[in-house]
Amino acid sequence: MKELWKIFYKGLFDENPIFILSLSLCPALAVTTSVKTSLTMGLSVLFVITANNVVVSLTRKLVNSKVRVPVYITSIATIVTVVQLVLQAYFPSLYKELGIYLALIVVFAIILARAEVFASKNKVIPSFFDGLGMGCGFTIAMVSIGIIRELLGNGTILGYAVFGSWYNPALIMILPPGAFMLIGYMIGAIKLNNERKERKKLERGES
Amino acid sequence: MKEYFALFIGSLIVNNFVLTRFLGLCIFFGVSKSLNASLGMGMAVTSVIALSSMLAWVVYHFVLLPFGLTFLTTIVFVVLIASFVQLLELIIKKQAPALYNMWGIYLVLIATNCIVLSVPLLSVESNYSFVKSIVFAIGSGMGFALALVLMASLREKLAYADVPKALEGTGVAFIVAGMLSLAFLGFSGMI
Repeated sequence: MKELWKIFYKGLFDENPIFILSLSLCPALAVTTSVKTSLTMGLSVLFVITANNVVVSLTRKLVNSKVRVPVYITSIATIVTVVQLVLQAYFPSLYKELGIYLALIVVFAIILARAEVFASKNKVIPSFFDGLGMGCGFTIAMVSIGIIRELLGNGTILGYAVFGSWYNPALIMILPPGAFMLIGYMIGAIKLNNERKERKKLERGES
Repeated sequence: MKEYFALFIGSLIVNNFVLTRFLGLCIFFGVSKSLNASLGMGMAVTSVIALSSMLAWVVYHFVLLPFGLTFLTTIVFVVLIASFVQLLELIIKKQAPALYNMWGIYLVLIATNCIVLSVPLLSVESNYSFVKSIVFAIGSGMGFALALVLMASLREKLAYADVPKALEGTGVAFIVAGMLSLAFLGFSGMI
């Protein structure tokens, strides 16, 4: 049980796909203009990565290692198509907002990386938790970027006004340049935080 | 004629794939450390996008559309493009080793890349004709190359700059990309 928790937990912060591994940055910038789209994208990826990990883990003894990458890609593409069809049927407006980025989940480095690094070598249950952890880490990162961008760029969260009418929205946060700069500063802040933690650990070790 | 020109400029500058649509960022930040590598990468990406768009257009209009299989577009395109790039790599390795040495290594990197997949998907979605989809593909590929070369030139100068320690590397690269994107925003509304 503790093992599984560890596998799940590492995806949240220590190996966060966006902030630490810097993988799959395209969607982190493109669809985080509002909390709603960020959350939808995060949950879609969470589903795809978990389902794909299970499929890869189940078939790991059947698939010849020479053709494993095409097999993984086909499996991911199938799951993504399922997500696309479900969203198209039940949430057409969200589907339109996410647009092409939903189809592009297929080529997210993080999903292929987890299949290759973890699911192809582990049993089904650990692989399931690995996918769940990585997906949750991805969702957390997406939603936190979404909150900052929607709050500063529009003065709202999930469409509800947070600031009074005195707030003059900084439109740049919703436009592409703001996204690039925000991610740049966030990566810097996380690096700073990690360095401080390391230093503290070192000091404690010495004394 | 005017229509094609507008489409070309639109995909090259106004809707630049990297700086306004955030596609191909992994390569953009990975390769833009040196100017030579970015030129090679830009060429490789442009030619692969153009060829795979043509292929995808033919498959979409002659296979997927007549048989009512459009819901399989994503799967078919991914498999098609990935296998096409692998094939291209093999052919170039065998037939033109000099060319392979120049940009063959980049081909492996772009086999499953978001920009190569998204251009055919977008041109299918917008119902472009065959010629239009080629113009769109070349424009987007050259737009990618343009952004890559601009970024590489900036980063070569950035190596001498005094950057705060926490922002070194990826952090400052993102901020510079943001400024570049701000400059490209000035083109919006041109078409």
